[in-house]
Amino acid sequence: MARLNEANEQLARAIIARYPEPRSALIPLCHLAQEQDGWLDEDAMAHVAELIGCTPAQVLGTASFYEMFKLHPVGKYCINVCTNISCQLLGGEELLEHAESRLGVRSGGTTPDGMFTLEDVECVAACTEAPAVQVNYRYFHRVGIEDFDALIDALLAGELDDVVPPHGTLAKVRQDLAADRIANITAPEDQEMPVWIARAEASAGEGAAT
Amino acid sequence: MAEETPKPVELTDPVEITVDGETVVAQGGDLLIDACERAGTYIPRFCYHPRMRPVGMCRMCLVEVDTGRGPALQPSCMLPVTEGMTVDTRSDTVAKVQDGVLEFLLANHPLDCPVCDKGGECPLQDQTYAYGPGESRYVEEKRHYEKPIAISETVYLDRERCILCDRCTRFADEVAGDPLIHFIDRGSSTQVNTFPDEPFSSYFSGNTVQICPVGALTAKPYRFKARPWDLTEVESTCTRCSVGCRITIESSQDQILRFQGVDSDAVNWGWMCDKGRFGFEAMNSENRLLAPMMRGEDGELTEVRWSDALSGVTSELRRALDGRGPSSVALIGGSRSTNEGAEAWARLAKSVIGTDNCDAQLGDGLPAEAALGLPGLTIDEVCAPGSTVLWMGPDPLETLPVLQIRLRHAVLNDGVRIVEVGPARTGLRSLVAARVPAAPGRLADVVGGLLGGDVADEFAQASEILRSAGDDLRVVVGRANLAESPDTVLAAVGAVRSALPAARFLVALGRGNVRGALEAGLAPGLLPGGIPLSSGELPQGWESIPAEEGHDTTGILSAAAAGRIDVLVLLGADPLTDFPDRSLARRALAAARCVVAVTPLLDASAAGAHIVLPAAGFGEVDGTTTNLEGRVTPVSAKVTIPGTARADRSIAGALASRLGATDSWDSPEDLPGAAESATDGDGPASGPDGDLLVGIDRELPIPSVGDLEVPPTDAYSLRLVVARKLYDRGTMLVESPSSAALAPGSVALLNPADAAPLGVEEGSRIRLISASGSISIPTVPDESVPKGSVLVHHDLEGADPRELVDISDVVCDVRVEVA
Ligand code: SF4
Ligand code: SF4
Ligand code: FES
Ligand code: FES
Repeated sequence: MARLNEANEQLARAIIARYPEPRSALIPLCHLAQEQDGWLDEDAMAHVAELIGCTPAQVLGTASFYEMFKLHPVGKYCINVCTNISCQLLGGEELLEHAESRLGVRSGGTTPDGMFTLEDVECVAACTEAPAVQVNYRYFHRVGIEDFDALIDALLAGELDDVVPPHGTLAKVRQDLAADRIANITAPEDQEMPVWIARAEASAGEGAAT
Repeated sequence: MAEETPKPVELTDPVEITVDGETVVAQGGDLLIDACERAGTYIPRFCYHPRMRPVGMCRMCLVEVDTGRGPALQPSCMLPVTEGMTVDTRSDTVAKVQDGVLEFLLANHPLDCPVCDKGGECPLQDQTYAYGPGESRYVEEKRHYEKPIAISETVYLDRERCILCDRCTRFADEVAGDPLIHFIDRGSSTQVNTFPDEPFSSYFSGNTVQICPVGALTAKPYRFKARPWDLTEVESTCTRCSVGCRITIESSQDQILRFQGVDSDAVNWGWMCDKGRFGFEAMNSENRLLAPMMRGEDGELTEVRWSDALSGVTSELRRALDGRGPSSVALIGGSRSTNEGAEAWARLAKSVIGTDNCDAQLGDGLPAEAALGLPGLTIDEVCAPGSTVLWMGPDPLETLPVLQIRLRHAVLNDGVRIVEVGPARTGLRSLVAARVPAAPGRLADVVGGLLGGDVADEFAQASEILRSAGDDLRVVVGRANLAESPDTVLAAVGAVRSALPAARFLVALGRGNVRGALEAGLAPGLLPGGIPLSSGELPQGWESIPAEEGHDTTGILSAAAAGRIDVLVLLGADPLTDFPDRSLARRALAAARCVVAVTPLLDASAAGAHIVLPAAGFGEVDGTTTNLEGRVTPVSAKVTIPGTARADRSIAGALASRLGATDSWDSPEDLPGAAESATDGDGPASGPDGDLLVGIDRELPIPSVGDLEVPPTDAYSLRLVVARKLYDRGTMLVESPSSAALAPGSVALLNPADAAPLGVEEGSRIRLISASGSISIPTVPDESVPKGSVLVHHDLEGADPRELVDISDVVCDVRVEVA
């Protein structure tokens, strides 16, 4: 779809400034791009490469490793149905089958209205709550067939907007650090000891004084 | 681009290790795989390459190592040797591991050896036979990918065959600095690939094909052309530029099919650039000249017999000698010849004909006295750990590609600092420690200021770096700007030498064997071996020397244009394409009474010649060549010269005997100085590094330029910079199908500060107007071009900056109009 918009480009530069090496910002910037477009577009990857000074191939090499970066358009909601062993024993596969017929797409597909992308996934570490489903990585536990339908209805009705933001939204990217907490204040080669030790010692010193 | 600096391998004292029961002395810090190999024990490997950092990707090199805690399997490519290490490379465990690793590698390998270019020279095949399982237990469906995809104009990738050794990707990133291929989709479907629509367009892409341990990467010019067992090879030297990379020429059925890099420690470390690697295509071109041609009554070039062509040349020469005398004869070229060919032509011109009007450079070099007489440096000395380099030469990436690879390594690994001073940023880019722009004509002032510490604040750091090196400063000098008089460079050399009398220089002249040709005497005022003509010495075997000093190419062409040259011999030279002032070249060739072109291909100048003599090309003659350092290495004949074309050496001999020279010139042994350097074509006389020319430190009087009159700039003009690109429209490239398409179109690069007031933006057309001519050309704003300059590349499709240049000017000023 697009390169980073102006506001995001600015944010991107701020994120880059937090690292001693611009390239360290590769993943945060991919998140930022995914937040903007809902998925990680080629133009966005090329833009990220430009911003951090590497080649688009290097961005793709990293981004394509991570399942959670979507390199093709996905729906507003990514629905992951777990079919690994615990969930499978408690009906995960039947649930997936039902999800496919309810949404009218095969696993991996996106509904024509662009609302849902369905995926079957391996264990998402909610085995005690099997069968587990994630919507944009928000958990829904012990999901039966009716629960699933209700979940879809609620999502369509916008009832879950507070709980499940559109795909790509990642609050963490927006974290703002106070200037004195940014790791990049001293270049690593000028750093005498790691910041956190320096900081710990400084605060220990303060503690002793009071 | 952020560059990573790998840790240098610490070389410590020798250590004793035990390899398969035998005690061996190794260099501490050496990798075990190398130490074993040096001790005669070869450990199989796929990913390890001695010229790249080890990554331990393939696990084929696992051996049992005991450092006192019992034997354990370790990848020998990742393990530096330490005192007392005991290594077993052949234990049952090792054998089992090798078997297992190969079984894994083969699980997804398509085994399409019968249709694979690598079959027969494939490390995977060979090592499977030697160490692998006899049979596969794997019955499942293999991984499938689209069969070869083009990852660049020349390189194809078959991902099914790839064993993910990381050699190609490491090469691209670490050696070439073009990380355009990468591991994508890492996990169960890891593959090498490019970013969509961004091809692996590296000048060095062909190296990945050579180092790929399987047939995953193949090069278009060689695909399906031969099987390895049909090929025979001979060692030689690439002469496309003056780096002189060591190579093998490989042919089948009397046709050259590929070049491969040979690892020479002193020169190319096994690498080649693609222009050199695929350049053999031009020699196989169907446009090769097969018979001599003369311009007939109808004005057309028609094929004639050699005897007629030679008589034609002889009678023209006689007429000139009887008329205005030897100085009405001139010879341009020789940098494509072997040393022996150049010596023969120098002897013909200077001893037999008696003219000193000879020049192997085409107005794009430096006076021969400077090229041969400055205290020299080798590539190794420039790249030596810790050295400080003043770069005031052409773009190494575009003109001396493998030197760029060496410099890159030196900067990233050996702490070499480069200060680049020149009119335009070169391909060294982020490798330089500092860059100081020098507008055309200002090089000497800028360099003088830097060395004297008299600079603006922003260049203080550059000055500091240079001054900290003191007399040990290593200077690379050449022509960064073809639209600027070489005097500006000589003045800068003078500035360096007056500040640092002991400074040494690597003269970066680009043309293949230009140094050898100048050494052979194809330079005005010089006799073979760099002896000044004024010394009056008679070279061995010569009958006489010219009575008066001749002109360089600029002088020759000016004399020709003024009607004072009767016979102009172009020895593999194409002034119409290569001389920076096109109008002068055109007028000169039109006015010379008889132009004789000696060339393998009909280039632009030859097409207008009166007599064309077909010459043998690269890979068709034995001899030696001399690189920019003065290193003499063999070049070898591998295939038969096509048609009736002849080695230029033998053409010179035939003309000499027709002109009455008494000696026979036919065999190279008869040539002065050739006996000790000639080889029988079986390989190098003295190892892959060749011999450094004796007398490399000879001092010649470097022409001084006095006070250079650089005209003041005016507010309405920009100063023209003409630089070279690796791929242009030179005849050799046009005749190489896989390179022909790679030449970019020409654009004018302007600093945005100059572009803005003109109202031009990217892509809009401007007109550049000089006193000599004008061109219309699209523009691209570029921050790296200094304000007040405009950069246009030499000889690309579209507008031609040579129309603007008047070679007699110190600098070329152009007015800019929006077209
Ligand atoms: S293409 Fe060849 S060189 Fe590159 S990773 Fe695969 S096997 Fe190695
Ligand atoms: S760098 Fe020069 S000598 Fe080496 S391969 Fe390229 S053209 Fe040939
Ligand atoms: S198996 Fe489904 S969450 Fe673990
Ligand atoms: S050669 Fe050592 S792991 Fe590949």
